[in-house]
Amino acid sequence: MKKETAKTFRAFLVELAIYAVLVVCYFFLVLHFLGEGLQRLEQNHRYGYAGIALLLMIGQAVLLQNVTTFLLRLIRGRSE
Amino acid sequence: MFFPISGAHISPIYLGIVGFVIGILGGFFGVGGSFIAGPALRVVGLDWNFAIGTDLAHIVGKSVVAVKQHRAFGNVDLRLGFFMAFGTIGGAEVGAQLIQMLKRAGNVNLVVSIVSIAVYISISSFMIWESRKTLRSKKRGTTAPPTATTKKHDPSSFKHVTRSIQRWNLPPMITLPVSGVTISLWVILLVSFVGGLFSGFLGGGAGYIRMPSMVYVLGIPTHLAVGTDLFEIIISASYGTFSHAIKGNVDILIALVMHTGAAIGAQIGAILTQYFAGPKIRLAFVPLPLIGAAIVIYTLMTGHKL
Repeated sequence: MKKETAKTFRAFLVELAIYAVLVVCYFFLVLHFLGEGLQRLEQNHRYGYAGIALLLMIGQAVLLQNVTTFLLRLIRGRSE
Repeated sequence: MFFPISGAHISPIYLGIVGFVIGILGGFFGVGGSFIAGPALRVVGLDWNFAIGTDLAHIVGKSVVAVKQHRAFGNVDLRLGFFMAFGTIGGAEVGAQLIQMLKRAGNVNLVVSIVSIAVYISISSFMIWESRKTLRSKKRGTTAPPTATTKKHDPSSFKHVTRSIQRWNLPPMITLPVSGVTISLWVILLVSFVGGLFSGFLGGGAGYIRMPSMVYVLGIPTHLAVGTDLFEIIISASYGTFSHAIKGNVDILIALVMHTGAAIGAQIGAILTQYFAGPKIRLAFVPLPLIGAAIVIYTLMTGHKL
């Protein structure tokens, strides 16, 4: 049981490290390009901005959930 | 990092950490965490209107992740969530209208502060009494982590009141096979309406009142109440995000950065629920409304808004 917990914890730490690298890339690439366009949309088309904001948030949620699940499976699969 | 929509300079690492902490709380307790996220954004200089709107947007994303995880564990009653959505949206509108009335009367801050302190302290006091009583009476029994079968038989010292509410035979009666409950639609609508009312009146997703009401009034097992409450929060927070975004109160870039931390935190929180029995989750929930009350008392006494 203790061995299993240690393995899960190690897998989680590896996942967290890979995830952090991916997230930093995401900050600098995606958000940098989105910033200006979203600001213009927010100033000129509020309803469009509201819809896009919701879609972006839900889209990112689904994407990140899949990324973390994939990473967890990959790391656990290798450690077994 | 500069966020052009709100014109704020905020460290993305700070946002990620705040999101991560709120994600764990949300995934474990089924709350939006606005009572922490709002002040946390305010502390770094974001205006209140942006703090509230942006927090709601981030709650949508975090709840989507947590609900997906809870669904995988069989902790979401979609049928119940669907019926509750009507009451939640209706209640949120009435709550928002009440705020407008108080604004016109000129005493919105004082009334909302006093109501929220009373509500937060009442919820915490009741839950500490109930969960401790249940845990004490359960000590003789098993303490093993919950399984799919034991999740539906969630012990509570308030069960006798819940049962008499469930026996209230006011048609149409709704059967919820996932939760193992048959109850009047009107009770479901009333509970969700009250949750929505507090959401519109006090802000946030109002999980601090909806989750306990689902357990104690509707008799939904705690694990299912957490998952289904998060599903409800997606609906109410999406509605709130849209409404705030058209008023210019949402910086979606801040919300997206916060969510990168929340996504992983929400998964951890949801997984953690598998290792705790219902009464223990309810007992651990107790400090959350008290933190909310402490924040409101602080703002009332000092005149500073966190």
